[in-house]
Amino acid sequence: MKGRNSAGFLALIVAIIVTPSLVTNDYYLGTLIFAAFNCLACVGLCLLMGYAGQISIGHGAFVAIGAYTSGILTAKLAWSPWLAMVCAVLIVIVIAFCLGIPALRLKGHYLAMATLGFASIVHIVSVAAIDLTGGPAGIVGIPRLDLFGYALNSEKQYFYFSWSIVAIGVYLAFNLINSRVGRGLRAIHGSEDAAASLGISITAYKVQVFILSAVFASVSGSLYAHYVNYIDPGPFDVSHSVLLVTMVAVGGLHNIWGAFIGAVALSLLPEILSFLSDYLLVVGIHYQPDYDTLVYGGILLIIMLFLPEGIFAGISNSVGAVASSVRKLAGKKDDGLG
Amino acid sequence: MASDNILELNRLQKCFGGVVAVSDLSLLVNKGAITSLIGPNGAGKTTIFNLITGFLEPTSGHVRFAGRRLSKMRPHRIAAAGIGRTFQNVQIFSQMSVLENIMVGRHLRSRAGIFYSAALPPFLRKEEKKIRQAAEKQLHFLGLAEQAHLPAGSLPLGSQRMLEIARAMALEPKLLLLDEPASGLNARETIAMGELIEKIRQMNISVLLVEHDMDLVMEISDRVAVINFGRLIAKGTPAEIQANEDVIAAYLGE
Repeated sequence: MKGRNSAGFLALIVAIIVTPSLVTNDYYLGTLIFAAFNCLACVGLCLLMGYAGQISIGHGAFVAIGAYTSGILTAKLAWSPWLAMVCAVLIVIVIAFCLGIPALRLKGHYLAMATLGFASIVHIVSVAAIDLTGGPAGIVGIPRLDLFGYALNSEKQYFYFSWSIVAIGVYLAFNLINSRVGRGLRAIHGSEDAAASLGISITAYKVQVFILSAVFASVSGSLYAHYVNYIDPGPFDVSHSVLLVTMVAVGGLHNIWGAFIGAVALSLLPEILSFLSDYLLVVGIHYQPDYDTLVYGGILLIIMLFLPEGIFAGISNSVGAVASSVRKLAGKKDDGLG
Repeated sequence: MASDNILELNRLQKCFGGVVAVSDLSLLVNKGAITSLIGPNGAGKTTIFNLITGFLEPTSGHVRFAGRRLSKMRPHRIAAAGIGRTFQNVQIFSQMSVLENIMVGRHLRSRAGIFYSAALPPFLRKEEKKIRQAAEKQLHFLGLAEQAHLPAGSLPLGSQRMLEIARAMALEPKLLLLDEPASGLNARETIAMGELIEKIRQMNISVLLVEHDMDLVMEISDRVAVINFGRLIAKGTPAEIQANEDVIAAYLGE
């Protein structure tokens, strides 16, 4: 990592260290922990969407597989959570490989279709395969994680732990982008024909990034399962996959920080909306959580219309524009005086 | 002798539906020489390039490169076999810097995979340095060193074409296919392009050139092949081609 990205990374580390002393309420800390899970999945998804130029509408399914594998192996078979997490990652690698090879050999957005179908299948299995997944009742008694024999019991501990994993994820993503492989990916995004003419195997790269992004999602799912200690099919329907894509798109496809910000912003939005709903009631609007979807849609629409490159690029562009016009203004002033 | 030829097109045929784009084309490309492929627009020259580099599959016939048959090989495998190419509509990576464009060209000469790249970058420092140095050498060769850190898309067209060639050269190919490298260039840039192609030949890289600028073609080519309606109508030295009546007829429309 270099320059602005390492400055951003440093800011992230500081924010992680400081936040629990500012947010002392366990409920809000919990919200931030959920944001960490989305963040991790979105950083992976950003590599796929922004750098390999492919969309997956099934990353919620990889989160689900991570969560269910961890849940089943630890709660039902009493495995070590860490071993279960690794096992989940291996399963996801195999599945992503099998899904990616046929879909990514073709030009175009076949992966979006394949993953959408896959997400529906995983959701149906999680509801219907009662022996395995507990069906709608879910799986209870998933243990908390412990780190070197030190149980992560308090919200604060889990906050530090999960956000450290996010920081590692961000670190890996930036390393990748600034490497030989990252250049290859950006080349594919620029021109597939030119990339191929330089010896880059387009299918292999796309499949590898797809697998990597699925691994991020799987780890995020495992962390989720060990945090809430109970899983059911509810949070893992197709709309969760769409939400992840929305987070990445809202923040900005072509920048890891964009995806990061998008994930945090949309994860906190329901809290912000429920906070605002008290005030809306005063004005006579009876806001209900069901309207959240409407707000999400509206936000996505506004972003796509006015900030098509996402919040992050939008903000940094307008900051740049303001700075340059200030400089111009200052320049004019000098001319006037001279 | 077969060993004098780096590339052999053997009765190559390509049909798109009912349209025959390339028909029964056999051609030898000499090792270490500049061979030009000329012909009116739509004669099938770019199609031939795409057949050689695996972007298209021949309907029948085959391509042999350095004694090896290139059948059903995907473009990236053919690049690995030693054929570099440029495109008629410049295909540089415009969002990346000039230097990074050439660094992508070093792809086959470096090995870092996705795992090492993400998790253990310190182990790759040496390789990254090598890639960068090789790319910088290429930039100096092309005289683009000063623009190294500019976005490639901001270069003028002439420099973009040079950059595309430098990127293909970074592969260290045995054969370089140039698709209209002088199109859209002014007179001065065209002369520079001619000099560059001669320099490439001196580095013992064979060149197959598609070009419409006849002055350039006649000046630098060792051999010229003329294509019309997907068929080879003449081949020979530039002087022979200039005197060939079939060629004159094809260009003047009978």
